[in-house]
Amino acid sequence: MRPSSSQPVLDPVRPVFRAIAATVVPEAARLGEAEWSELEGSVEKAVAERPPKMRRQLRLLIRTLELLPVFRYGRRFSRLDAAARRRFLEKIQDSPILLLRRGFWGLRTLVLLGYYTRAAAAGEIGYAADPRGWDAWRERRETHGQEAQP
Amino acid sequence: MNERAYDVVIIGSGAGGGTVAQELSPLVRDGLRVLVLEQGPRLNDDEFTGREGEMAPALYEDGGGFLTADGTMMLALGRAYGGSTVVYTGTSLPPPERVIERWDVPGLEYPDLLRRSAKHAAADNVHYLEPELINENNRLFVEGCAKAGWQAGQFPVNVKGCRGSSLCNLGCPNAAKQGTNRVQLPAAERAGVEVVTRARALVIEGRSVRVRVAEQMPGEKGLPSEWAPGDYRVHARSIVLAAGAIGSPALLLRSGCGRALPRLGERFTCHPAHVLVAEHARPITNDVGHPKSYYLDRAEEESFVLETCMYFPFTTAKNLTGFGADHSRFMHAFPRLQMILVLACDRAVPGNRVTVDRAGKPVVHYRFTPEVIEALVRATRASARIFFAAGALRVHAPSADPPLLERSEMGRIDERIAARHFKPGKISLSAAHLMGGCGMGRTPADSVTDAWGRVHGIPWLRVADASLFPDALHINPYLTIMALADRVAERIRSEAGELFGVAAA
Repeated sequence: MRPSSSQPVLDPVRPVFRAIAATVVPEAARLGEAEWSELEGSVEKAVAERPPKMRRQLRLLIRTLELLPVFRYGRRFSRLDAAARRRFLEKIQDSPILLLRRGFWGLRTLVLLGYYTRAAAAGEIGYAADPRGWDAWRERRETHGQEAQP
Repeated sequence: MNERAYDVVIIGSGAGGGTVAQELSPLVRDGLRVLVLEQGPRLNDDEFTGREGEMAPALYEDGGGFLTADGTMMLALGRAYGGSTVVYTGTSLPPPERVIERWDVPGLEYPDLLRRSAKHAAADNVHYLEPELINENNRLFVEGCAKAGWQAGQFPVNVKGCRGSSLCNLGCPNAAKQGTNRVQLPAAERAGVEVVTRARALVIEGRSVRVRVAEQMPGEKGLPSEWAPGDYRVHARSIVLAAGAIGSPALLLRSGCGRALPRLGERFTCHPAHVLVAEHARPITNDVGHPKSYYLDRAEEESFVLETCMYFPFTTAKNLTGFGADHSRFMHAFPRLQMILVLACDRAVPGNRVTVDRAGKPVVHYRFTPEVIEALVRATRASARIFFAAGALRVHAPSADPPLLERSEMGRIDERIAARHFKPGKISLSAAHLMGGCGMGRTPADSVTDAWGRVHGIPWLRVADASLFPDALHINPYLTIMALADRVAERIRSEAGELFGVAAA
């Protein structure tokens, strides 16, 4: 991973990014500040190597998603309630405009990257892959008093 | 500019480059100097942690998020000592005879490819995993296929001492997978072939390669490069391109070969894929055991192949369509999830190609033809039937809207999963079998190389990777790449007198 001289992408749009992230993964609404930092750190790292143009586009997309609901709901995205946020992003996801659809898909992917690469998320969803494979699995089964059967 | 001189420079260290390196190592005994350039790092064994957030950026181009030009498909390209053989699942099938016949490349005979595939399969310990090592994610696929009227085939895999970590796609943490990083490259290095990592080939200028060696950044996985960071001009009497179906054509295009080779970059195919996920009522063994042990080959009849698979939390999450509570509910069912990878058997079509942008960066243009979309829809319907036949409660199908099919909808699979719901930019599409771009054939009018990987009109320049495929292979390409690379190396050895002024090895 090469370092980037650019400023963090999310700095100027952090509250909106968090509102979008908590709509994509509702459990994110319960994250503390340290966990948000971890999530956002992964996003920043993922975009650090991308061309400056793409980083600008990402920021522009987040700002656009903040403003677009004004025309439909009379409020910015971050001022909407959870149900309206979800309905709005569903419209974007199904937009006939590929650019918008694809842009949201990319943003959604970054949110999922930030959320699900955290070690805590693996525990939360019950993902337990271990480099020791079957040996670790058998140990877990024995700990829980169950018979080991693949 | 630093200057270096070698007899052979091989660009890329994956299935193609690694094989050529080992097969040319006898030339070192004759006093020739052979160099392999790899743009990725060489990792220590203990750096393969299996953690998705660490390994994907270390081992994949763009962290696994290399996008096609219109941004609708992610391409997976390995970038490490061993190339993509570090990150694939070890599945090792020989080329299908019908495909090689259809390629119709003069001088390329199926029995010859089969013989060479068998040679490399033996060297890489390719075998069927023992039944007790097969997990439920795979067994349910076999059962579901049987109940749905199909017979699944078992993948031969190139592992030795597999512990069943399930982490193959993040680099085996137990050094069990016999990729070129474990077999061919170490053997070549022991024989005197030099391998330089973190070395990106920028452009070929006559019989030399301009190379940039990157510095290892703080916190970055892997060893520093064998050479000091900086720019080099590496002179060579013969150059072998093995940088993959994107890297090889892009390098030739950057080097100004496009005018003499009008087919350069064309005939790109990639087996576009979806990941399908189903939820069972009880936990199954899925994140332990080899993830890809079985497949269903419907290529000839229905233009698709199904393979078992099991991915990691983020990869799974991004492959599920949608977001919000429904998406989270599926993610929280992880211990109960079964997965199938569906691959469309695409064909080379005009417009699907590799180009380079003004900065020389590869750009992959890929349009989903109606045939590919229909193949993915058929494959998704077949997978849904297999999941339900195996007892799944619900299935997540990207080409359905809404994407969740409940068991009560089993009778409506054809209605619910339909091409009209195939919406690039909304659904996740990915590809890891990248092929074409320097296709074999007869003349520059129809191809880039001959059947031995010799670039038309440039006898000292060879290609030895999946870019040679004139069309899609319709099965995992690893052994076929090795077989083709074996031919390339053999021809270089037999032409050693002409190329290097030494007796043929």
